[in-house]
Amino acid sequence: MSELLEISREEIIDGKWERILNFFRSRSLWMLYYCTGCGAVELPPTMTSRFDMERFGIGPMATPRQADILLVTGYVSVKTLKRIIRTYEQMPEPKWVVGFGSCPIDGGIYWNSYATINHLEKYIPVDLSLGGCMPRPQAVIDGFTKLMKLIEKGEAVGYKKYRLNHDWYKRNQREVLERTEPVLGPPAKGQARAFARDVESVELSHISGSGGEK
Amino acid sequence: MIVLQTIGAAALAMAIGLLFMGIGRIVTARLQRRVGPPVWQCYIDVVKCFSRKSTSHHFVMDLGSIMGLAGLVAAAMFMPVAGWLPLQSTGPLLVILYLMPIGYLGMAMGVSASGNPLAAIGIGRALTMMVGYEVPFAILLLGLVATFGTSSLVALNQLQAGGLLAWNAVRMPFGFVAALIALQAMLAEKPFDAMIAPAEIASGPMVELGGKFLGLAFLQHSVAIFIETGLVVNMFLGGATSIWIFFVKQLVLYTIVMAFNGIYARYRVEQATRFLWIFAGSLAFVQLVINVLK
Repeated sequence: MSELLEISREEIIDGKWERILNFFRSRSLWMLYYCTGCGAVELPPTMTSRFDMERFGIGPMATPRQADILLVTGYVSVKTLKRIIRTYEQMPEPKWVVGFGSCPIDGGIYWNSYATINHLEKYIPVDLSLGGCMPRPQAVIDGFTKLMKLIEKGEAVGYKKYRLNHDWYKRNQREVLERTEPVLGPPAKGQARAFARDVESVELSHISGSGGEK
Repeated sequence: MIVLQTIGAAALAMAIGLLFMGIGRIVTARLQRRVGPPVWQCYIDVVKCFSRKSTSHHFVMDLGSIMGLAGLVAAAMFMPVAGWLPLQSTGPLLVILYLMPIGYLGMAMGVSASGNPLAAIGIGRALTMMVGYEVPFAILLLGLVATFGTSSLVALNQLQAGGLLAWNAVRMPFGFVAALIALQAMLAEKPFDAMIAPAEIASGPMVELGGKFLGLAFLQHSVAIFIETGLVVNMFLGGATSIWIFFVKQLVLYTIVMAFNGIYARYRVEQATRFLWIFAGSLAFVQLVINVLK
């Protein structure tokens, strides 16, 4: 039940009427940025006079209800993941997620931290990832124009994937979020883990739910 | 025929309002040394808003949003555009003033039903601000009505016929300045935008509005722009002989408002109310006294 579904391209891509509306959706993207990471500092220059994102109809919005894109700007800690999921689920469809910088892609420089998650796309569907630490405003605008093309062709379908694979995403979220012991205690009896050197085992310790004690 | 005229006039008010909003965004962008969005950006925004799913929190929220738009559209029916009226009337000023708050109260009812505390704060501020600008505006209107002995906008237009010097803006400069200040507050632009305040109370009344509700709020604002600038054009700038001149006069007013919006910071709501009562109110009162003495 909780496996990732195999969906063909034809099943999930928007139909003709939707594609007319997609023309309008792609030219009016309102974003909600989740500014917990360092990526947020790249957004003011992208929005203001030098690079001027509003030329493409992209602008900031105040609340999740009004927004089309959720920008996750930088690393995602386990605590903020809960808020990101809550924010994402409050947004009305159609909605898109942009992972900003390398941290939401693979953990970035925080790849072996006990407090962060490494792959954002396991928990919410990411439509576009902008690599770099941090991506410069040119890269941000390049990424947004790419997202606009994807939306117009009806190929940015992350929100549909989330709906179809709800169980799979929820299971992944629960595995991280229900790891509720506090960092400093209660002491685990004889369960001290050796420091896991490679990425795979760090990831496993994150997923297995016993906490990554170093 | 009258149905078609009504629908046409409503669509025209929305289209003109949205066009002005787009131009206003470009004006703001140029003041900030940006390029700004294309002129038709607001039309795209509205279509996009209506193409999204939306979350309703209560039946009253649906009702209030519709009522908000309907009240303002009803007010637009009595606004003479270069002497042309969708409904047979003489442009009754008091009816417009009576119908306009229905729009705002509908909005207040709708967003209060969403249950968000920030929306309630925003509505509280908006209604306080309304007390602020309605007082000077009411003094102005009563002054006009008392001076000319008519509350019909068409008659006011005819009284101002005959060139620039016959305009009320020239004959009553203090009143015109007071009307401009009140217009700034009516359109909720800076420095009187404490009810919106995106960084402070997360856009206030709009906080829970998503999708179609936000589209309705957009349309409501566009009709509000049309009515409020139209009122000032009819009362002070002599109306117009053709529909295009009317729109150009409206656009000039709206551009002035947006230019001030681009350079001022935000007043707190009690500061804004005090400013409106003391400055706009006393200017309007001075004009009233001058009119009486003449």
